[in-house]
Amino acid sequence: MPAVVFEEVAKTYPGARGEVRALDGVSFAIDEGEFFGLLGPNGAGKTTLISILAGLARATRGRVNVMGHDVVADYAAARRSLGIVPQELVFDPFFSVRECLRIQSGYFGIYRNDAWIDELLAGLGLADKAGTNMRQLSGGMKRRVLVAQALVHKPPVIVLDEPTAGVDVELRQTLWGFIAGLNKQGHTVLLTTHYLEEAEALCGRIAMLKQGRVVALDRTANLLAGTASTMLRFKTDDALPALAAHARVTGRVAQVTAHDAAEVETILGQLRRAGVRIEDLEIGRADLEDVFLEIMQKESA
Amino acid sequence: MNAVNLAGARTLFYKEILRFWKVSVQTVAAPVLTAMLYLLIFGHVLEDRVQVFAGIGYTSFLVPGLVMMSVLQNAYANSSSSLIQSKVTGNLVFLLVAPLSHWAWFAAYVGASVVRGLAVGLGVFAVTVWFAPAHFVEPWWIIVFSVLGAGMLGTLGLIAGLWAEKFDQTAAFQNFLIMPMTFLSGVFYSVHSLPAFWQGLSHLNPFFYMIDGFRRGFFGASDVSPWLSLAVVGTSFVVVSAVALRLLATGYKIRT
Repeated sequence: MPAVVFEEVAKTYPGARGEVRALDGVSFAIDEGEFFGLLGPNGAGKTTLISILAGLARATRGRVNVMGHDVVADYAAARRSLGIVPQELVFDPFFSVRECLRIQSGYFGIYRNDAWIDELLAGLGLADKAGTNMRQLSGGMKRRVLVAQALVHKPPVIVLDEPTAGVDVELRQTLWGFIAGLNKQGHTVLLTTHYLEEAEALCGRIAMLKQGRVVALDRTANLLAGTASTMLRFKTDDALPALAAHARVTGRVAQVTAHDAAEVETILGQLRRAGVRIEDLEIGRADLEDVFLEIMQKESA
Repeated sequence: MNAVNLAGARTLFYKEILRFWKVSVQTVAAPVLTAMLYLLIFGHVLEDRVQVFAGIGYTSFLVPGLVMMSVLQNAYANSSSSLIQSKVTGNLVFLLVAPLSHWAWFAAYVGASVVRGLAVGLGVFAVTVWFAPAHFVEPWWIIVFSVLGAGMLGTLGLIAGLWAEKFDQTAAFQNFLIMPMTFLSGVFYSVHSLPAFWQGLSHLNPFFYMIDGFRRGFFGASDVSPWLSLAVVGTSFVVVSAVALRLLATGYKIRT
């Protein structure tokens, strides 16, 4: 049984200039136990899709189910199966960390849950903050509490909406260690992130969204293999010739993708003929970021 | 099919009580002080000049009105401020992702508002009862009207909290609707002392029936029959509850 199924999900909002189409017929399924990545530029519809999954928003068309439960018709069972870590750093200023977790647990109908709460606190490096009021926590600590709140009812499906935006390296490592551990135990994980190296390292399968549509859906390894796999990186002060129109340029550093060795030769030849002086030439494997940019460019062409 | 999540509803009810109790200086003590000031000042000025019911001094008459006014205003304040705070700070998401039905939301928010209203009402009574002899002629009316009135205002607060997007909107609802309706309902006077036109107008105000029925419990005398008051207040409560439940079920302004 798939853990999450999106079926022709569409969402339109009334906007200032007519209807805004946030999602336009999104369909894919996530299997139980998968570590799944949902990528896309800002405004692609990632958060809207997750909001519909969580019941925070309603689809204009289409259906979503979690562990076999429809998120509208059978919302209570669907929500019990789902743990959402929201993108915004929200908290309830009236309560301590432990109170927040006990209350959240109670909403799911679980009263005596301190053993699991203690485990969450320890696993997320919050053990010494249990009695601290939420207001007194740093941003990173608040983020950890959000993760603990999402997991307090041991949901089989965990959804993380850009959990590491603006988070320091230490927390990212704690967080990923913890989430990877849960994934090994069989929890399904759905992750949206801006850090493509995270998605590359963690996700077995990836869907890419653009303007409310799925533009790529494959195993991470296949995505990396199926598109330009080689990356030329060099520094130059000169203008690049036409061949490198799709090069990524950051200051003096230019990056050009190639599909094979012959293409590398062609590019270098063209650069030489154009009289471009290059320094620090590196040839490396393309990463997910390159794949991402290539797919996004193709889609807009 | 989902079993009814009673534990979830109870948790939300408990959390709502804990929320106001943690800031009880502001949510309980402050309104008690305000009511006591009203009593001291109005009672002092008017004690010898106004008599509403035979044999009952003005200060005695004023106590139940002040108690009920505090009950109503604080029941309203509890649900409206809790909801708008959660909406503005974004932590309403913790509730939105939980498996709680619209009945659970309704029962918990309104229930906690009733508790806050009654807690403040008891506090006001405890400090004002020393200034005038107390009467409890038909005490069951006291209980019925305080609970129904608090429930009604807790529900109005819930509706206002769902509708509002900013703090000043719930405050406007309070200042331009709840306050005038309580003040004009006969807290400080009997509507029989008003000119005929204003008397007639007062009878259109559901708050008038809450306070009149509540005061009946203390003195055994009232402007209208307590049964009429019960019918009006009960019907109003059912109507506003139906509206609130409908808004919650459709996710009005909380689920996009």
